[in-house]
Amino acid sequence: MMIIAADPLLSSEIGFSVIAIMLLKVVIAFALLMVSVMLVIWFERKIVADMHNRVGPSLAGPWGILQTLADGIKLFFKEDLLPERADRIVFRLAPYLSLVPAFLSFAIVPIGGDFTNGGDGTVSIFGHRTLLQVADPPVGILLFLALSSIAVYGVMLAGWSSGSKYPLLGSVRASAQMISYEAALGLSMATVFLSSGTLSTSGIVAGQATWNWNLVATGVIPFVIFVIAGTAELNRPPFDLVEAEQELVGGFHTEYSSIRFALFFLAEFMNMITMSAIAVTLFLGGPNGPILIKQISWVWPILWFFLKVMAFLFTFVWLRATLPRLRYDQLMDLGWKLLIPASLGWFLLIAALNIGEDRGWSTFLVVPIGLLVLSFVALLLNGAIKKAKDSNLNAADLSEISEGSDQ
Amino acid sequence: MSYLKGFLVTFRQIFQRRVTTPYPKIKREKPERLHGRHVLGRYEDGMEKCIGCELCSGVCPADCIYVRGADNPTDNPISPGERYGFVYEINYLRCIHCDLCVEACPTGAITESKMFEFSFTNRNDAIYTREELLVDEETGKPKQLPWEDWRDGEDLLTSGWLRATSPSGDATYEGQIAWSGDLGYGVRKSEIGQSVTESREQEEDQ
Repeated sequence: MMIIAADPLLSSEIGFSVIAIMLLKVVIAFALLMVSVMLVIWFERKIVADMHNRVGPSLAGPWGILQTLADGIKLFFKEDLLPERADRIVFRLAPYLSLVPAFLSFAIVPIGGDFTNGGDGTVSIFGHRTLLQVADPPVGILLFLALSSIAVYGVMLAGWSSGSKYPLLGSVRASAQMISYEAALGLSMATVFLSSGTLSTSGIVAGQATWNWNLVATGVIPFVIFVIAGTAELNRPPFDLVEAEQELVGGFHTEYSSIRFALFFLAEFMNMITMSAIAVTLFLGGPNGPILIKQISWVWPILWFFLKVMAFLFTFVWLRATLPRLRYDQLMDLGWKLLIPASLGWFLLIAALNIGEDRGWSTFLVVPIGLLVLSFVALLLNGAIKKAKDSNLNAADLSEISEGSDQ
Repeated sequence: MSYLKGFLVTFRQIFQRRVTTPYPKIKREKPERLHGRHVLGRYEDGMEKCIGCELCSGVCPADCIYVRGADNPTDNPISPGERYGFVYEINYLRCIHCDLCVEACPTGAITESKMFEFSFTNRNDAIYTREELLVDEETGKPKQLPWEDWRDGEDLLTSGWLRATSPSGDATYEGQIAWSGDLGYGVRKSEIGQSVTESREQEEDQ
């Protein structure tokens, strides 16, 4: 039998209660995301304010916690402008193209469940055993990659359909940036697939149950690359060239107003939460952690997951408060000339180690030889980059000379 | 690793003291001679200082003051002079609070209070009339209109003013803060001014 999903809920007969549980999970995930987006925006504004020695939102509700709600209501009642030269259908479609993938990718994240002591991470609801995630497809994390690629269309079409130059420039930047960093993101993820041997998110989490987090198992480097590429993928500072206010007004969403603008914002912060959750799932053991009080054992995995995601969210805010924005060529240099080769090299090293283990080769031999080969390749790459730079300079000199002679 | 130092800098800020004042609830003390809403002063006997000469109206760069003088009634004079300000209106939609009217006034009748938070909701309220601008006959304090946000102390010391230029070509007045004698406070001594020449002279004296 082909496995459609590893979730034990769907392996039994699908009756009314199973559908009800599925619906319940979908609604809970939706509500959870919406509320957490609200809180994350407030959290970000508060923390950034703290780092600027400001107070931040403080009037709406206790500690200003309802500020996002107030902003949302305000945006909802604003006039919805449609630029005269906009492509009407695409302009209206674009916000949903970036919102829906943001929602969908959260579906594969396990937010709880006990995976320790051989547990399969399932919990019992109404006599059915199920995973604490909306869906657990065998392709798992690939779904996330696919959806984040679709999200690029949202950004790109938004800028293109606005019929205005700044959004267009912003969206060109955005699509180039997101596509190039997705390569590094995917390659650093591939290292995780190698070490855990599965694509399914619950499988990856189950593989990290005994404190053998992929962070250590893959050797930290893929994690660092994932975080950097993830920040770039999210268009968060210092990689927020897409909406560089000083250069592009608002970037791809310049022409958007009212609730459509709010949808972009919602998608952005939802992606931030999802990216943190995926990073936690892949590298930091997901909901795995010590269960301290046995009586309420189901609470602990959810708590650990929540805390780990919070740490990531804080880091994203911290990055924003600390780092200045990169120049566009620096961004592309970092992506193509450093992150992609580094993640590719590390992927090969881990692969060599895995094969070495299978064939019974000595680890002490595989690692130095692997590192040697990698550094040789790095040298070659470095040389190639330098050569290209030099020849570019020469070409520039030549064109200058020829321009001079024309005059 | 100095790259990571920046992160420590921003992280430390979280625990620093906030400098923000929650503005509408708490207001910081304003400078003593802040240019706020105007007041029309009275002498200590309750007489109006304004003599209806229209100099303030003439000097106003924003053209926001409208004055019409009239002869004082002989049996019940309103000002000590020959004439008094019969109509006196300032349009606060135009006023730029430059204080030139205050400098131009020969009797020190018009001065500025420290209150600038007045948010009227229609254009008629924006035009302050003579009755609204005049200080109270009993206390010598400015009238407080419903849309104005007065705080403690802002209605005190409203009659101080500063000469930015020297009147009548007399350079000794330059930068001097003068006080016109007014109802409830009497005449205060002039303060040493803030101009460059004044402070230089002081330094030379010392």
